[in-house]
Amino acid sequence: MRVALFVTCINDTLRPRTGRAVVTLLERLGVDVDFPAGQSCCGQPQFNTGYRHATEPLVRRFDRAFADHAYVVTPSGSCAAMVRDNFPRIGAKAAAEGRGRELAEAAARAVPKTYELTEFLVDVLGVTDVGAYYPHTVTYHPTCHGLRVLGLGDRPRRLLERVRGLTLKELPGAEECCGFGGTFAVKNPAVSAAMGADKVRAVTGTGAQALCTVDNSCLLHVGGMLARQGSTVRPVHLAEILASTEADAGPAGRALPGGGDRGGAR
Amino acid sequence: MSRSFLGMPAFPRAAAVSTRDTRLRANLAHATHTIRDKRARAVAELDDWAQLRAAGAAIKDRTLRHLDHYLEQLEESVVAAGGRVHWAADADEANRIVARLVRETGEREVVKVKSMATQEIGLNEALADAGIRAYETDLAELIVQLGDDLPSHILVPAIHRNRAEIRDVFRREMGKWGRPAPEGLSDSPAELAEAARLHLREKFLTAKVGISGANFMVAESGTLVVVESEGNGRMCLTLPETLISVVGIEKTVPTWQDLEVFLQLLPRSSTAERMNPYTTTWTGTTDGDGPRTFHLVLLDNGRTDTLADTVGRQALRCIRCSACLNVCPVYERAGGHAYGSPYPGPIGAILTPQLRGVAGPLEQSLPYASSLCGACYEVCPVAIDIPEVLVHLRERVVEGGPVTRHGARVVLKPAKGHAAERAAMRAAAWAFDHPGALRGGMRLAARTRRLHPRRLPGPGRAWSDTRALPAVPAESFRDWWQRTRGGAAGPERGGRT
Repeated sequence: MRVALFVTCINDTLRPRTGRAVVTLLERLGVDVDFPAGQSCCGQPQFNTGYRHATEPLVRRFDRAFADHAYVVTPSGSCAAMVRDNFPRIGAKAAAEGRGRELAEAAARAVPKTYELTEFLVDVLGVTDVGAYYPHTVTYHPTCHGLRVLGLGDRPRRLLERVRGLTLKELPGAEECCGFGGTFAVKNPAVSAAMGADKVRAVTGTGAQALCTVDNSCLLHVGGMLARQGSTVRPVHLAEILASTEADAGPAGRALPGGGDRGGAR
Repeated sequence: MSRSFLGMPAFPRAAAVSTRDTRLRANLAHATHTIRDKRARAVAELDDWAQLRAAGAAIKDRTLRHLDHYLEQLEESVVAAGGRVHWAADADEANRIVARLVRETGEREVVKVKSMATQEIGLNEALADAGIRAYETDLAELIVQLGDDLPSHILVPAIHRNRAEIRDVFRREMGKWGRPAPEGLSDSPAELAEAARLHLREKFLTAKVGISGANFMVAESGTLVVVESEGNGRMCLTLPETLISVVGIEKTVPTWQDLEVFLQLLPRSSTAERMNPYTTTWTGTTDGDGPRTFHLVLLDNGRTDTLADTVGRQALRCIRCSACLNVCPVYERAGGHAYGSPYPGPIGAILTPQLRGVAGPLEQSLPYASSLCGACYEVCPVAIDIPEVLVHLRERVVEGGPVTRHGARVVLKPAKGHAAERAAMRAAAWAFDHPGALRGGMRLAARTRRLHPRRLPGPGRAWSDTRALPAVPAESFRDWWQRTRGGAAGPERGGRT
């Protein structure tokens, strides 16, 4: 099976290790991974701030970049939700504005083939045990767009539960938003920080060594707050945990993966 | 009576103050989490909740599509049952009508049933200007009125107050409005409720005019419906000689059968009850039973304009249950007053900018008062996709475009104060559509990463005051792929580079 990786702009520029982890993981599961170089951003920052028209070229770009692939896999609940939920809206609005069906058709091609990573693993490949080893305590925060727009349900949890060595700690108030919200974080910094502080308190209260999500955007916010407070809890994308094996753990099995980018959040 | 929502600051400024109020935060966190959990349990009891929710949305949508027809049917039915119907295009007209109707009775005092519509139009203040004193009789509204406060929640207007604060307000203020609080009043809920009961009973027994809103109006019979918990509403609806109801036109449902759906959706969503304790229905007037004169004031006040917007109109489905407030993480931390309107929380963030328009700084800030987490949409009993409408209204703020105001189609200009953001968003979108340029920028950022500051100046402080900046990695994913598997990716199908 051949899939296209939609790495997303945040992972491309700020968390390339997550993209590399997806490649490692999928190839280990026997999937051929392409990285169509024409891809860029899903347009969510622009769209969710109100700049729908600025998003339209990115819908077309997505359609062209992934034209040759039947499966597009992305390690981001939020970016997958942008494609599945908002691309059709952008197409419908353009058509309603008398600008033809071109964007609506691009959206219709993008929607059915775009999978968030855990959907692809559980629904398409039909695996929950991906052969991962991660000897650490982890707490899982289900990010809002994965939880409520995509309806990921228990897929991430089922994958985590089959990781050898991993101890899953329940996160109190897990389904409450962390307060990132894209440009919300800077347009309403007081409320965003208040939400983030409550999330950080819940995370550190679990005693987990790592905080795991399916969205690095949320982790930049919560992880940034953890780092600013001097916390030792490491923000880790689920893909990095699933890509880890005994070989990565080293002789002591103690190191938390996530080197390679040379330094996490400062 | 002197405070109003007029001239409130934009949401982020108000929220920057309220999020630092530790007592408010504690009161709200406790109250919203309690109601939120109870609602979830009450809703989980019904295995046909999803179907009820879909039915509620469908009934509202269909009624709104044919609202002109149902409003005329409603008027005919109310008049046939002995009521009188008045049409109010805006808040001023509604206030003038009500003040005139009260003056015609010769009375100078009225008792009020809890009503969002009369708060929306500032009726109490307008009546005061006309020399008429309005007494709120809902317990929480009484607390707000006695405390010269503003409501901060649709269902529980004094949710920002705890028991001790309520006791202090009762002790200090009740005597100025009527029967004083009993000696030695404590902050036990039973004693507070009894103090309110004694204070209000006096009003119920003397008032000749009652003013209400309504949760629903049934077009086929002309019946109005008020759903409540305390019974104080029923006192106001049955004891006075004259009843004046001010109701938004979107509260219409065609038939009693439609009502059945909403009487299941509303109590479970709002108070987490299977059925609310008091449901009062009245149809015009009846000899020897209840008010002898009934006036219905049908309020538009921006609703027809809202109806003209195919995305935004779903906000008119709202049945004012407040489930979206109770589940909203932004509301929980910012509090209701920051929304600058009697409609706080997620529903307020989409109603206020539509009813009032987006000309003012507060109204322009409200669509951004959300992280788009979607918890509101999930709990909404009539499936209002609040995040969708928020984003739709954000576009109206920053891009402008065609809207309906006061019945006329106008083209809005983009709001001022977004020029730098607009330029940045367009630049980002351009860069993302020109990967060659983008890659150059990324490489430059990677090469200079040792020089990046740990905190940002100017607007960037909004991020770096509380969060560390992400370190820029030495190599982007794109470059890693090119370096390790270069050439295997095939042509750049995205087009321009």
